[in-house]
Amino acid sequence: MLVEDNPGDAKLALEALKVGRLRYEVHVVEDGEQAINFLRREGEYADAPRPDLILLDFNLPKKNGRQVLAEIKEDENLKYIPVMVFTVSKAEEDVLRAYDLRANCFITKPSEIEQLFKIVKSIEDFWLNIVKLPA
Amino acid sequence: MNKLILLVADHPIAQKQILGVLQERGMCIDLSVAKNSVEAMALLQRKGKHADAPRPDLILLDLNLSGKDGREVLAEIKSGEKLKQIPVVILAVSTAEEDILEAYNLHANCYITKPIDLGQFVEIIKSVQNFWLTIVTLPPSQTP
Repeated sequence: MLVEDNPGDAKLALEALKVGRLRYEVHVVEDGEQAINFLRREGEYADAPRPDLILLDFNLPKKNGRQVLAEIKEDENLKYIPVMVFTVSKAEEDVLRAYDLRANCFITKPSEIEQLFKIVKSIEDFWLNIVKLPA
Repeated sequence: MNKLILLVADHPIAQKQILGVLQERGMCIDLSVAKNSVEAMALLQRKGKHADAPRPDLILLDLNLSGKDGREVLAEIKSGEKLKQIPVVILAVSTAEEDILEAYNLHANCYITKPIDLGQFVEIIKSVQNFWLTIVTLPPSQTP
């Protein structure tokens, strides 16, 4: 699941993910409210699947990424899902805040496309091939 | 400044193998080792002779610790106000779904199973090191 409000960034991340040959689905939601509704299967998302992994942008409209992260990690039914904060910031307070709120990791989104592809590929390789995700 | 990795593993062979891989890669890291859960918590909480111990930037925790269970160490780290920010990578033998789920529910940052094959194990430790030290932005280092 990808939570990203910038359509250009979402498209790029999706393209980078498609470069890999692994078979999985990616669901994209564009703001914090949608993310929470998707995860709690509310409204139009009543049939939404539980994601195995969440890539979360910090700067989101309606409900910001920090709030979304806090809600996921305080929810007994959702807190097990690994959340990667994937955002342009590398400000110390953002990084610390994310880990305080129990982000599984914080990854600074590079501005260069080549670098972005490389990072997304690394995330995919590590989290889908090396790590054991919760079933 | 070098990143400090704390390895918590009581099995001497596992410890030696992991340290071997971490050291051989020439990355700028410092390593500290705790051979059981009591020592790990003493280091992290700066008790006794560990009063000046620097805070690690990353913890590799073997879940099969004897004595106090590795899960308790994980729970203690993740409920400590000054410790919970430190990413904890779990190294475990178990592939049982309930063990994996329990570790994530206790806020493990990621769960890795140790393969029996040594070659594979080395590759996995390299991947962990590579991902956490070159891709991830770790929390800012805390001065003692």
